[in-house]
This record gives sequence, structure tokens and C-alpha cells, in this order.
Amino acid sequence: MAIEILMPALSPTMEEGTLAKWLVKEGDTVASGDILAEIETDKATMEFEAVDEGSIGKIVIAEGTEGVKVNAVIAILVEEGEAVPDGTSEKAPQGAAEAPPATPQVSTAPASPPQPNATPDWPEGTPMKAQTVREALRDAMAEEMRADEDVYLMGEEVAEYQGAYKISQGMLDEFGPKRVIDTPITEHGFTGIAVGSAYAGLKPIVEFMTFNFAVQALDQIINSAAKTLYMSGGQMGAPMVFRGANGAAARVGAQHSQCYAAWFMQVPGLKVAMPYCASDAKGLLKTAIRDPNPVIFLENEILYGRNFDVPDVDDYTVPFGKARIWRTGTDVTIVSFGIGMQYALEAADKLAEDGISAEVLDLRTLRPMDTGAIIRSVMKTNRCVTVEEGWPQGSVGSYITSVIMQEAFDYLDAPVINCTGKDVPMPYAANLEKLALVTTDEVIAAVKQVTYR
Amino acid sequence: MAAKKSTKKSNTSAEELLGFYREMLLIRRFEEKAGQLYGMGLIGGFCHLYIGQEAVVVGLEATTEEGDKRITSYRDHGHMLACGMDPDGVMAELTGRAGGYSGGKGGSMHMFSKEKNFYGGHGIVGAQVPLGTGLAFADKYKGNGRVSFAYFGDGASNQGQVYEAFNMAALWELPVIFVIENNQYAMGTAQKRSTSTPDIYTRGQAFGIPGEPVDGMDVLAVKAAGQKAVAHARAGKGPYILEIKTYRYRGHSMSDPAKYRTREEVQRMREERDAIEHVRTLLLTGKHATEDDLKAIDKDIKATVNKAADFAKASPEPALEELWTDIYAEPATA
Ligand SMILES: Cc1ncc(C[n+]2csc(CCOP(=O)(O)OP(=O)(O)O)c2C)c(N)n1
Ligand SMILES: [Mg+2]
Repeated sequence: MAIEILMPALSPTMEEGTLAKWLVKEGDTVASGDILAEIETDKATMEFEAVDEGSIGKIVIAEGTEGVKVNAVIAILVEEGEAVPDGTSEKAPQGAAEAPPATPQVSTAPASPPQPNATPDWPEGTPMKAQTVREALRDAMAEEMRADEDVYLMGEEVAEYQGAYKISQGMLDEFGPKRVIDTPITEHGFTGIAVGSAYAGLKPIVEFMTFNFAVQALDQIINSAAKTLYMSGGQMGAPMVFRGANGAAARVGAQHSQCYAAWFMQVPGLKVAMPYCASDAKGLLKTAIRDPNPVIFLENEILYGRNFDVPDVDDYTVPFGKARIWRTGTDVTIVSFGIGMQYALEAADKLAEDGISAEVLDLRTLRPMDTGAIIRSVMKTNRCVTVEEGWPQGSVGSYITSVIMQEAFDYLDAPVINCTGKDVPMPYAANLEKLALVTTDEVIAAVKQVTYR
Repeated sequence: MAAKKSTKKSNTSAEELLGFYREMLLIRRFEEKAGQLYGMGLIGGFCHLYIGQEAVVVGLEATTEEGDKRITSYRDHGHMLACGMDPDGVMAELTGRAGGYSGGKGGSMHMFSKEKNFYGGHGIVGAQVPLGTGLAFADKYKGNGRVSFAYFGDGASNQGQVYEAFNMAALWELPVIFVIENNQYAMGTAQKRSTSTPDIYTRGQAFGIPGEPVDGMDVLAVKAAGQKAVAHARAGKGPYILEIKTYRYRGHSMSDPAKYRTREEVQRMREERDAIEHVRTLLLTGKHATEDDLKAIDKDIKATVNKAADFAKASPEPALEELWTDIYAEPATA
């Protein structure tokens, strides 16, 4: 049976090419792997090999021909002694049918504001106990490890040293070295190992001493953990938590003081939590460990030692994607998360003294983000200020601003202001460091600006 | 080729040799067909063929047991066929169709099968080495007696994370077999232009990991080395390195003009060292099969591959809603 030899596509972008040279002539016998011709693409001259065996019955396109379309018949291969059938013609490319254009999804202002989930995190009358964020994080891990054998903790100094920031205090004693694992200083490697173990069904908690070092492992986090569920068509993913201190500590300089919230928040396939208080640290971390997706859990060294009330109940969890309203108000919405909440809350207190009523929202998770709660609040207050420690360009606040523009533009009485860390690497000098961070005074000034006071 | 040649032929049976022949030929014909479909524009993007290297994965798969795991790079079609994945589903993934293993969302470089313990298909050179070590970590954690194969190239062997993984695999005695498929080139870079010492298998020495070179054009030699490595790992003695000297006949990917090596070099390997020809000769000279038997196998494989191609062309493109699925797994409801 005669076989048509078609002009091949020799690169991801090639549509046509030049048939530079035939290395066979009519009547030649060819075997699979023999070079038939040289073909020039826009990038290179490539050799074109035979796939089937037979003899060259006819050369349809002469050498030197330019602009030969991919899939045009260039020669006919026949079996030994067979005649060339006639009527072979150029074929239309056999590529897959083109997809109908997807309707672009333009979001417009919602007719009615989305209803945020406003149920309280714990019912009235729940017993409370004071705990540091540090203790809350440890309890969350320990409770989940008691409940699920597949959960383990891995990182530098997590076991014998009891944690570089003492988060895993006592855990080696309780769970043993099989489940609380000291790693060498090798972020890229141990992150890859943890992701691989998650593919195989374990639920690792990877502690980065600080997130500055997670940048060495960014490839494994993004390319291997976040994308696998999608790339495998839902067959397997990485149910795991990456956690550790994020953002500025104090006087540790540029390489140890950076907020990565906006970086990770950008990645579909990741979830990102960034608690402020101890009850959220506990409830969100428990939710993160149970979540079947890779979760980035951004803690803060300065907050570790801070005390908050935590519900004294058996199994306290906080859902992802639900902002917490710390303070209701009518004049302005202040949106923040993580340590930014400290400035937001302080500012709100001082603003109240000046008769400005601020509503303060703690996003708690940045992906999923409770944009419904932001929009609803802005529809009420008509003004918004965002507060974060990270850099301004491509910040969490700039994303929030774009959402407000698209969904509540008509409700705004003033431009949204983003209070952020300054657009500089973190300096070491005490006075400059103070200047580089976002401050309560800046939040107050921003609120006064949007309220025209 | 520096590697030892296997001389013992008692390591096999007629039945096994026929199986090797069939599996290697399936990979080769499948890859030729993939190349053809690429040429027709039915397969897009990057497409890295395994032609020439068939004996590596076929020899090693002969040493595996149910539940053992494997992970590799983007040059993954052969590994998938060798571990028993359906050629139809693999080819349909290459054409980006709904019937593909990843529903068309992964493509040639990113394919997985939970059922066959095939953990991908990874496009980042070297990333699969810690990932594969992690599979072994999970097996050791569960104490299930399984081993994992982490395949990577001579080029990948220069990635830092490979040595991070070596260190932890040895430190924690993880049951992983590091398989370096040394096909002598990383894209256009010959091994000697990228690698300070010629023998990559010795690089485990610094971590106390035994390693050995293997003739990758001899499926029986690969199997024998694999058995040793698997026995070591399964016995709880930790990782093992096999540097399998092999050769790819085709370009790095479909769009590689391959100007970094001579046509003669390729031709010489094909004519003198071809792994499939080697088994074919063993079968015929050992009178384990006749020309007619082998022709029947060839025909059978051609039919399998044609069926896969037909399936891959006929399978519909993924539904447009699929753009938005499989980004997150649903948390179990409490
Ligand atoms: C981290 C990374 N760097 C570069 C590339 C581009 N790239 C893809 S394959 C390749 C060569 C790899 O060669 P080798 O490891 O020998 O494997 P082979 O292709 O020979 O199977 C390169 C540089 C990549 N995919 N990932
Ligand atoms: Mg190579």
C-alpha cells in the first residue's frame, strides 16, 4: 500500500519550511531511520528520517522549494514493485479542530453584594485560655499528628533542638524521630523529598527555619507541589503544609526580612494562610494539615511570643477563605493580615479617639481570599486602606485594590490606599529599619486621607 | 563503552527474551509513531523520544514487584509503556485529548498513573530525583517493603538537588535506586563538556552509596544490575546508583537539528549496538524464535501502535470546563 510522506512540523512553531535537499531519489529503497531529506525551518536545517520502509515511488515536491506547508505531500512511498497511485494532492493540515473561542469573563459590579460567612469562630460561652502563637502552633501540629499517622514534621532543627524558634517543643519526645525529623541544611532537597512523599500518600509538614530559605525550594513548591494535581488530571497531588517564619523579624537585615505573601498568593494550586492571633494560628494550621492541597503557612517571629485567647475545646479549626471582622465601623475599611493586623488595630483605636469609625478585616487566608467580605464592607464604608509589610509593587493590597475597582467602583468615595513596607531591601540600622516598615502612623494618615480629614 | 558486558545468558529464559523483544519494540514503534504525529502537527510543544534507550527501562522493569514506584523526566513515554500503562492513553495525552492519562492537561512531559505507580513525567531537570527519594521515604515510613526508581539523565546529574537527595537517601537509608540514563548528551552538550569526571556512578562514593556502570544496550546486563540494586534497597541497605550507558538515536526533542554529533556516530550505535537487534539475535541464534514468530510480534505491535494513534486522533479535546478543574482537591467534609 502506498504511503504519503508529508512535510513534517519540526518545531513547536513551524507552519512551513523549505525542502532544501532530497537525500534519496525515486526508486531508492529506504528503511526506518534513513534520512530522506534536509528541511529548513526558520530556526535550523533538520534531517528528516523515514518512519516506514519501502521504496520511493515518487518525489512530489522538488528540492529547493520554499514555503512548503506542513502536512503537504512531499513524496510517495510504495512497496517494492508497487505502482504509484495517482490523485495524491495537498492535504489540509490534520490538526485538532479549533476550540470555539471561550467567552471572555468580564466581571462587573455584582447586583447584590456577596454574602460573607459571618458566623462567629466560636459560639458564645466557649471556654477560653490564654496561649502564645507559638504554643498554639505546636498544639495544632501535635493534635493533628495524634489524629493521623501519615502526618509528620520535617525541617532543620525541628527535633532535637526543639525548633529554631521552639515551635516544635516537646514533639520529638511525643512522636519520636520517625515523625519529627531533623534534616540537613538542604532546602531544595528536603522539600523535594517531602513533596515526593506526599505524592505517595503521606502528609508532611515542612518547617522552613524562615521563608527566606524557602526560596531555594521555590521550584519544588511551585513546579512539583502546586501543579501536579492539574498536570495529572486529578490523579495525584501534594497534600502538605509548608510553614515557618515570614517577614521581618528585628535587625536581621535584608536577606532575613522579607514578606512572601504576595509571591505565593499568585500561584493557582497553592493555598496561603497568614494568621495574626493565636486562635487563628491554631485553627488555620489544623485546617491546613487536613487540606488535601499544598498550603503555604506564613508565620511571624515577632508574633510567636504574643498571647491571645484561644478556645479551650477539643478540636478547634478555622475555615479557609473566611475573613474575620475584628472591629465593625462605618467610615473606612482597613484590610490586613498577619502582623499587619497589629498596625491596623492600633490605628483603628487611635482613629476612634478622633471620631473616625474604622472596620478592620483580617483576611487570615490570602488564597482563597474572602473578597466578598471586603466588597461588602467597602459598600458600607465607601473607603478602603490596605496594610501589609511586604513591598508595594505587585502587593497583596494592589490585588485587593483591583478587585474593589472591578466590583465596587461606584461605591468608592476615595481612591484605595495601600500601606506597605517601603520599596527597599531591609536595612540593618535601627533607625532605617523602622523607616522601612509600615507603621501605625502611616495607616492613620492614609485613613485620614481617604476620609478627607 | 566502558561498561561491563553481560556474558551469562542463564539469567533469562526464552519467554523472558521474547517479552523483552516485544516491550522494547513496542516502545520503539510507539515513539516512531509519536514522531510521525508530531510531524503532522497532531502533537505539539516539546516531544522527547526514547528511541535507542529502550533496554534501560525494560531491563529494570523486569526487576520490579507490584507496588514498586517509578519517576522520571520529560523523556517518559518508554517508562510509561514499560510499567504497563495503556498506549492509547499515553498517545492521547501526547495529542492533548480527553482520553489521555491527564485528560490532555499534562502533555508529553507531564503524565502520571496512580494505578501503575508512575509518578511522572517531570519537566524540571533534576527535580524528580528528590521527588523519587521522597517516594522511597514514604515507603520506608510505611514499612511496606517497596522500592522506588528515580531515573535521570547525565545532564541532570549536575544539578545540586541530586546530591542533596543522595545525602538524605544515604543518611536515612531510603529504598531508592538512582538510575542515571547516560545517553552521553544533555541537549547539545556532550557529557565531557559538562561533567568533570567521566564516571557519574562514582559520585555516590562521597555519600557512601554504591554504584556501578551498566551496558545499557544489553537488556540482560541492565536486568542483572537492576536485580542487584533492588536486592540492596529492598534489604534495607539504602540507595544504589546505576549509571546506565545508553544512547538516544533521535534529537533531544523533535525540534533538535542534532548538529553536535556526527551522523556516523549515530549510525554506528544503531548498527553495532542496537538493543533490540541484540535481543533479536539472541532469540534467533538460540532458536527461541523463528523469523516468522518475530514477524508476527512486529505485526501485532504495529497494530497496537496504530490503534493508539487512531484513539489519540479520535479522542475529543478536553471539554472547555476542564480548564477550571483539578486545581484544588476538595477537602474531606468533617
Ligand atoms: C532546571 C532546568 N534547566 C533546563 C531545562 C531545559 N532542558 C530540558 S532537557 C535538558 C537537557 C537534559 O539532559 P539530560 O539530563 O542528559 O537528559 P536527556 O534529555 O538526555 O534524557 C535541558 C537543559 C529544564 N527543563 N530544566
Ligand atoms: Mg542525556
